[in-house]
Amino acid sequence: MIETDILIIGAGPTGLFAVFEAGLLKLKCHIIDALPQPGGQLAELYPKKPIYDIPGYPEVLAGDLVTNLMEQIKQFQPGFTLGETAETIEKLEDGSFIVTTNEGTKHLAKAIAIAGGLGTFEPRKPILKDIEFYEKEDRGVDYFVKDPEKYRGKNIVISGGGDSALDWSIFLSDVAASVTLVHRRNEFRGALDSVEKVQELKSAGKIKLITPGEVIGFKGSERIESVDIEVNGARMNVVTDYFIPLFGLTPKLGPIANWGLEIEKNAIKVNNALDYQTNIEGIYAIGDVNIYPGKLKLILCGFHEATLMCQSVYQRLNPGKKYVLKYTTVSGVDGFDGTRKEAEKAVVKSIE
Amino acid sequence: MANDVTITITDREGISHEVQAPTDMNMNIMELVRAYELAPEGTIGICGGMAMCASCQCYVLNDFPLPEKSDDEQAMLWEAFNVKENSRLGCQIHITEDLDGLEIELAPEA
Ligand SMILES: Cc1cc2nc3c(=O)[nH]c(=O)nc-3n(C[C@H](O)[C@H](O)[C@H](O)COP(=O)(O)OP(=O)(O)OC[C@H]3O[C@@H](n4cnc5c(N)ncnc54)[C@H](O)[C@@H]3O)c2cc1C
Ligand code: FES
Repeated sequence: MIETDILIIGAGPTGLFAVFEAGLLKLKCHIIDALPQPGGQLAELYPKKPIYDIPGYPEVLAGDLVTNLMEQIKQFQPGFTLGETAETIEKLEDGSFIVTTNEGTKHLAKAIAIAGGLGTFEPRKPILKDIEFYEKEDRGVDYFVKDPEKYRGKNIVISGGGDSALDWSIFLSDVAASVTLVHRRNEFRGALDSVEKVQELKSAGKIKLITPGEVIGFKGSERIESVDIEVNGARMNVVTDYFIPLFGLTPKLGPIANWGLEIEKNAIKVNNALDYQTNIEGIYAIGDVNIYPGKLKLILCGFHEATLMCQSVYQRLNPGKKYVLKYTTVSGVDGFDGTRKEAEKAVVKSIE
Repeated sequence: MANDVTITITDREGISHEVQAPTDMNMNIMELVRAYELAPEGTIGICGGMAMCASCQCYVLNDFPLPEKSDDEQAMLWEAFNVKENSRLGCQIHITEDLDGLEIELAPEA
């Protein structure tokens, strides 16, 4: 069991900055994110786009802001459970919580900060009869490639026209017995060198390309045996062990909706005048995932909310203690790794 | 001051709304739908208007001379679901005075 003071659900900018503010108050954090990398929307949706409204940065690439946030919190040694979705929350009698992920990883925490943004990113599923049946219990439909080894020696059909369809076709062409890439158009929207690589592998007979084509159905009783593909108005059937549709991800509130929290407009209601606590004591919601009168879904608002949330957790965990707001410029920052950051003292020199 | 234009938007429940759209705020149709709350939060404008999610897909209902699709819009529509001949991405249609009288319907959520 992973133990921590504040368990943060969501490694977007809000969750990451909360680690820093908690660290100043000597509170340890652990972060869960469904995605394999930290950064939330910034990393998943627009890493190469500039942001212009972070105070003090006339311009910063979203990906660089994430890198900087990670650097800023390194000294507070947060733990990470990445690639797993927080599935359930259980409140214990002493007021602490156990959060379990979809993979069964358990976390014990004194307080919870939900920084889940727009929710977990889920695959966009093609509209195909029986797809729900085949996506369960390894019956042949996968929306993510988690472990490429699973496909060793197997026949694979991938569909999609973006970077992930191209990248996985290239990667799996070395692992699988056969890779067929199906796309509705001849043109692909992906990095030029990936498109060229697929072209090369096609010419070498290592990838079969079906364009313009679309998977329209499955055959197989227990699991997938083949897929039906429509090509230029005609139909063909391709024998396969796996069908991997890669049409991008879309955020859905997901398990958060089942935690007994008050929800309005796909977001969690909080008391913003005070500390961004939800209707359950000890569970806070910060960043894009919360709602209150006048809410703005902006990074800097998430930072502000994270700061107030940490103060409230500190007060809750240390009821008798007085906390006096300090400026990091003056008091410095003590990392959990023994580092200390401090502004240089001005030299005092007497004047004769 | 630039004039507002009138645009009719049929939401995903089939209800039609006639809305006034400003032409001086550099807004697009996706943002207009959000501003008037014609689709639930989190179901439209997911990529922020970068032609990368198709959550803002709409069908153009009347014969309107809209600007040509860019390569990005075209490519996204090839990847999207429920695409029809008259599909466009709302985030790629900027609101100008030429749009007065435009009628659109939001495509189903995918
Ligand atoms: C294209 C675009 C441009 C933008 N430009 C700007 C801008 O210029 N300036 C600005 O201030 N804002 C901008 N934003 C908004 C900004 O990205 C968000 O306000 C910000 O990302 C919110 O941060 P967050 O940490 O609250 O949530 P997110 O960044 O959404 O991160 C939430 C994380 O929580 C995870 N998660 C959710 N539920 C679970 C669960 N149950 N278990 C595990 N993990 C979970 C998700 O996987 C995700 O990684 C933009 C947004 C977009 C899409
Ligand atoms: S908002 Fe994502 S494509 Fe228009």
